Amino acid sequence: MTAVTTPTRPPRGTSETPDTPAWARWANDHRKWLFAAPAMVFVAALIIFPLAWTGYLSLTDAEGSVRAESEFVGFQNYVEVLSDTDRFWPAVARTAAFTVVALLFEVVLGMAVALLLWRPFRGQKWVRVAILMPLVATPVAVGMMWRLIFDPNIGLANQALGWIGIGPQPWLAGQHSALPTTIFIDVWQWTPMVVLILLAGLTSLSDEPQEAARIDGASAWQRFRHVTLPLVMPTVIVAILLRGIDALKTFDILYATKGRGGGSFHEVETLNVYAYGLSFDYNEYGISSTVLIIFFLIIIGSMWALTSRRKEAQR
Amino acid sequence: MRSRPAYRVFRVVALTIVVIALLAPLLWMVAASFKTNVDIYDTGKALVFSPTLDNYANVLEQANYVQFIGNSLWVAFAATALSLVLGIPAAYSMSRFNMKKSALVVLMARVIPGVSLLVPWYYVFSNLKMVGGFTVLILSHMFVSLPLVVYIMMGYFDSLPLELEEAALVDGLTHIGAFRKITLPLSIPGVATAGILSFIFSWNNFMFALVLSGADTKTLPVAIFDFVGYASIDWGGLMAAASVVTLPIMLIALFVQKYVVSGLTAGATKG
Repeated sequence: MTAVTTPTRPPRGTSETPDTPAWARWANDHRKWLFAAPAMVFVAALIIFPLAWTGYLSLTDAEGSVRAESEFVGFQNYVEVLSDTDRFWPAVARTAAFTVVALLFEVVLGMAVALLLWRPFRGQKWVRVAILMPLVATPVAVGMMWRLIFDPNIGLANQALGWIGIGPQPWLAGQHSALPTTIFIDVWQWTPMVVLILLAGLTSLSDEPQEAARIDGASAWQRFRHVTLPLVMPTVIVAILLRGIDALKTFDILYATKGRGGGSFHEVETLNVYAYGLSFDYNEYGISSTVLIIFFLIIIGSMWALTSRRKEAQR
Repeated sequence: MRSRPAYRVFRVVALTIVVIALLAPLLWMVAASFKTNVDIYDTGKALVFSPTLDNYANVLEQANYVQFIGNSLWVAFAATALSLVLGIPAAYSMSRFNMKKSALVVLMARVIPGVSLLVPWYYVFSNLKMVGGFTVLILSHMFVSLPLVVYIMMGYFDSLPLELEEAALVDGLTHIGAFRKITLPLSIPGVATAGILSFIFSWNNFMFALVLSGADTKTLPVAIFDFVGYASIDWGGLMAAASVVTLPIMLIALFVQKYVVSGLTAGATKG
């Protein structure tokens, strides 16, 4: 008679010893989702479900109290919002102007500073520390700081203009100068972000193409334009992508410097500020949800356009 | 590569201007926080003034800032801790099993405008009578910090060699054991980066707390915003309040510069 020893369980890989408890074995086999599920559930509960609800609210006439009854009105809000040339379209124009102008300055200045910091030199560490400071400063505090500096009567900005013989400017208080001034603040705070990203990109490049171009007698500008820039282009697009998303959604400095509705003439009322005001200053939940859905589509659209550019640049 | 002397002079000049442009406004803010309001209005005393601590005393004593500092610390710590607990295992799974779609869903959170989530949150949580409490505030801050943790940690796990884990499996560890005993201890720098970044972003967050916090749970950015009343602005006090929220975070960044930079630029140079 042959004694048949049946294994208590079929071997499941090399890693399990027979004394592993059953629950541990189960956990091990299902670790992929066991690890990912809590975060995914959180995201679903707090992001996907609310987003779907915003989509639903945009089709209703919800307003006033959050407990009030609301009725389904179809695409009426969309018609209303898209034909609103008083607040909605000016807000779209301001959002576009703010984002495009701020990005332009941030990328050009950011590239210039990143190129200056590219090659190691003494004291570089301290410059990098200085660059980090605006970046981590609390945006609301930054807004308040610039409010003092740009104050038409007591601010440093007008004092400095006085030293070089230029008359005082209204800055944030002016109907036409407020938006450019907030763009300046955004450039001050976020150009450092572009510098850090581009610097990471530049540092990862190999020296050989540069050296080859130098030996071939290319000037500094030619080397930048035809060697460095094409190589670092994917990183430039990442910087534009990351910064662009945040610039489109800028809220803190606009609300801190101009308050509700982007100032008394809505001078700095971007889509985000407009939607916030509709929701929490006027409780127009239906209309605000419509604005937000359109805003969301604008963001997704711009991102998609940029990522396809990035794929081209990498080729 | 050696650079020419002319370029070196130009670099020194240009970078000096950059550093002054970046730091002068911050120094101006801190200087104003040590001035009396009379001195702030006197343009002749821009740089030479007798410093006073009155603004800080006013802010800390009268305006309940000690409580707001506590609120900000608690919310930022709790949101960071919970995001690390949820985010690190998720990032590990997404890195090892190459879960591109799931990762994309988490990263969507970076793209969505916060207001579009605030409306439904406000609907749900005010019906549950939770608006104004810490729970909602912490959950809302996790919306910012969790994707950050997942993003940074995914990059970190991607960069760790698989061989170490495989060796641990051969030595008899389970997969989860290998994660706990091998991968996680090796990932401490990544965890530090993710934690610091998450803390900074939560500490600086304004919009969620503006809607979801109550009088007792107000965080510092909201408290600063509320400082500006309808009457004339107490500039000295405002600048002291702004310095109270900004200086600690700048000090942290100063000491852990390397981590902050690697967190901010995480994934930027990858394909």
